[in-house]
Amino acid sequence: MRELRYREALREAIAEEMDRDANVFIVGEEVGHYQGAYKVTEGLLDRFGAKRVIDAPIAESGFAGLAIGAAMTGLRPIVEFMTWNFSAVAFDQILNNAAKVRQMSGGQFTCPIVFRGPNGAARQTGAQHSQCFEAIYAHVPGVKVVVPATPADVKGLMKAAIRDENPVLVLEDERLYGTKGEVPDGDHVVPIGVSDVKRAGQHLTIVTWGKMLLASLAAAEQLAKEGVECEVVDVRSVRPLDHGTIVASVEKTGRCLVVQESWPFGGVGAEIVDRVQREAFGALRAPVLRVTGRDAPMPYNKKLEDLTIPSADTVVRGARAVLAY
Amino acid sequence: MRVNVSNQRDELLGLYRQMVLIRRFEEAAAKAYSQGKIGGFLHLYIGQEASAVGALSTLTPNDYVVGTYRDHGLALARGMSARACMAELYGKVSGCSKGLGGSMHFFDAEKRMMGGYGIVGGHVPLAAGCAFASKYRGLGEVTLCFLGEGAVSIGDFHEALSLAALWKLPLVTIVENNEYSMGTPLERTMSVHDSSQKAVAYGMSRDRFVARDVTHVRERVAEAVNRARAESLPTLIEVQTYRYRGHSMSDPGRYRTADEVEARKKDDCIANAEKTLREMGVHDDVFATIEREVEAEVEDCVRFADESPEPGEELIEAYTYA
Repeated sequence: MRELRYREALREAIAEEMDRDANVFIVGEEVGHYQGAYKVTEGLLDRFGAKRVIDAPIAESGFAGLAIGAAMTGLRPIVEFMTWNFSAVAFDQILNNAAKVRQMSGGQFTCPIVFRGPNGAARQTGAQHSQCFEAIYAHVPGVKVVVPATPADVKGLMKAAIRDENPVLVLEDERLYGTKGEVPDGDHVVPIGVSDVKRAGQHLTIVTWGKMLLASLAAAEQLAKEGVECEVVDVRSVRPLDHGTIVASVEKTGRCLVVQESWPFGGVGAEIVDRVQREAFGALRAPVLRVTGRDAPMPYNKKLEDLTIPSADTVVRGARAVLAY
Repeated sequence: MRVNVSNQRDELLGLYRQMVLIRRFEEAAAKAYSQGKIGGFLHLYIGQEASAVGALSTLTPNDYVVGTYRDHGLALARGMSARACMAELYGKVSGCSKGLGGSMHFFDAEKRMMGGYGIVGGHVPLAAGCAFASKYRGLGEVTLCFLGEGAVSIGDFHEALSLAALWKLPLVTIVENNEYSMGTPLERTMSVHDSSQKAVAYGMSRDRFVARDVTHVRERVAEAVNRARAESLPTLIEVQTYRYRGHSMSDPGRYRTADEVEARKKDDCIANAEKTLREMGVHDDVFATIEREVEAEVEDCVRFADESPEPGEELIEAYTYA
């Protein structure tokens, strides 16, 4: 075990897979000479050369589509979006080509490609740069969506994503890039579609992902001081969703709170609530509630931004509401 | 590609036969559509055959082909079987995409037919990606991408050309200018009438010609294919052509006159090839044989499509994930 920052673990995963397979390359804006807008790709150009670490012009749809075409021939591209906000102009490529080419071709072509970049709010970057995309993309059959929250998980899930035969979207987080954590040595691969209980407890299940894991764990710590033990399930993979682990936890606790940074309407949390009420109905002792981001474009003002994104305090309030039933 | 003059007659006969096959195939498809055997959209290529047939005749089996929703001609010119194509139109499991793709989504991995795509212009970056992959692997393969002039206005076309020129990709992009973007004539969709001018801004080679003579198409496209293969440089070509049928089967064609269509049919690529072949000494019996063989092939593919089974329900999710 070594302690690494999230961005270092991510970079290690990319570098190890590029060492392992000459078909893997990375393309995106500023990934080469600039060393990455968030320094995830720092040093990769020197190590692998310009053929495999490719600076792209500002043409997300163009280079995303180009990478999809390359993947259809058997290459394994990693496409970096400087942030997921900019993927919106490449949405057609992901929705209509990457996700559908296998089905439309009757299984003749696959699309082994990774799209990655930071998701969600950074700090005061305003409405167009602070959005969560997991619900939008997870709605689409044909793609996988992972949302790693820790250095170990981002390394293991990135390696799994690169090796996967399907399009995998890796949603990172700018506020997580600097966080530290233990990362297992060796070829650490985390299978896609397996959630992880990050804290065990018997009174309430908190289901969450991405940087909301940190708020949820902080809330669980606070509630533990009052004798309330929360079980925190980090879904890690939004699609495919490991509902079995969530349901097993709820069957134990009888209560469930879903915590997401993203907007409430039609979100991933709603999908989880549906699963829990269908599969753990008999065990539920309270309605399943959600703590979500506010239903509005992100305000710039710091106070308002803080009120818009869930915090440990809002998670505690949500937990109390479930426990009060 | 070096064209051997002594083989020109046989070569043209082969191209002529392909064009006749595409036309008879699509006439049969239109009939089947009117009988309710084919659903959804059906975009016919009739009138434009010289473009696909001439262009694809310059390729090797390892080259890539990417097209639009008007893809039947492209598929047949690439050597895909009429049976697999007609069965796909009928939505049968024996179709080239197992009945999951339909008219707009013909695929054949073995022939490197990378697909027909239904979002206008969205396939041009994919074609750039196939060309990128060939260059990445150091193989001398070429990618041929087809689109209509209506796609020249959308961003993906420009992003793909911009990247292909910047990264010197072996990509030949062929705009088939059939003068109508669905029902809107060229002068109301583009500020210039020569779409090959778009290459200038990207520092890319360009060409432009009328597709009335399939051999001429072959020779002009061969120049671009040679440039792509030998120098890894892209080219934008505008092929001026005309479709006799509507944009799709549901198009009543009120945006143009019957006189206009009839006038254009007088410059038909198949009739032009036949005239050249007769001048080369090909007689009636040869044409009659070709017509008979093609008719038999089309009748066979219609029967095959009709008799093939429907795909099973298990295929709905079978190919969503690998």
